[in-house]
Amino acid sequence: MNTASPTPSAPDTLTLYGETFQSRLLLGTARYPSPSTLKAAVQQARPGMVTASLRRQTSGSAEGGQSFFELLRELGVPVLPNTAGCHSAQEAITTAQMAREVFNTPWIKLEVIGDDYTLQPDTLNLVAAAETLVKSGFKVLPYCTEDLILCQRLVDVGCQAVMPWAAPIGTGRGPVNPYGLQVLRDRLNVPMLVDAGLGLPSHACQVMEWGFDGVLLNTAVALAQDPVAMAVAFADAVRAGRAARRAGAMQPQASAQPSTPVLGTPFWHHAPA
Amino acid sequence: MNLTVNGLPRTLQAGASVADLLAAMDAKPPFAVAVNTSFVPATRHAQHLLQPGDHVEVISPVTGG
Repeated sequence: MNTASPTPSAPDTLTLYGETFQSRLLLGTARYPSPSTLKAAVQQARPGMVTASLRRQTSGSAEGGQSFFELLRELGVPVLPNTAGCHSAQEAITTAQMAREVFNTPWIKLEVIGDDYTLQPDTLNLVAAAETLVKSGFKVLPYCTEDLILCQRLVDVGCQAVMPWAAPIGTGRGPVNPYGLQVLRDRLNVPMLVDAGLGLPSHACQVMEWGFDGVLLNTAVALAQDPVAMAVAFADAVRAGRAARRAGAMQPQASAQPSTPVLGTPFWHHAPA
Repeated sequence: MNLTVNGLPRTLQAGASVADLLAAMDAKPPFAVAVNTSFVPATRHAQHLLQPGDHVEVISPVTGG
């Protein structure tokens, strides 16, 4: 776990499954106004990984295929494929296997959706899929809720990190259950990245201050008026929140405490004439 | 024989392999294939013979979150 450190000036890289990443920001690649904007956002924010997905060749997607794959290669950032849209463990497992071949990586952001309105994970099938994929050599980053027992089960089946949501995907609401997220952070000793639902850099900074190890987001950057500037803002926020966590925050006080020394104050308690 | 490829009906000669299908549809790499929800690795495209009624998925990279 990468939590508060007594040596804040030491190198502060993110380690997942034994691999080191230079940034604690993971960035999605969807919904940008143009490929060039996506490219600039990634180049400016320098995320540790970028996410990608898979769809049918005949779907007619203007953003898919060879050009996107070439863009990913140009970016030179590790790719984290996802299983977005999968509604069963078998679908997710097969999609992960296909992603491993296409992207030539054992990394997978595991999504098993249980509800189309909230995109809430199907927690039972998520654990089943994660167990199979871990045993098959995948480095699984499961997209999950902030439920403590669910996350414990994911760790039990071999996940070396988990990715609880802050809020439903694409809502930008920020952490809707701060208590649950903070309890989860305190109880489990594995890297945790908050994935989904972040809307503002302050949301990212907040969860990093709580001790989370990174964040994964997409829509908040892609749909900003200036996606490149927002990507940089999120990268800065993640660094600031992490630095604050490592620095160790003061304890809130119940009453005012003068920051300026009172000893020697002129006219101290001098009653006006 | 009649197949379903990426959700659409398609007719292919009997005894065709996954490699034959990919050639017929002029699939553009990179891609990956699943038949009846099971992954078929690239090393087996030539050997994996398709059966009437098979459901084949041919997928490629797209943006994602």
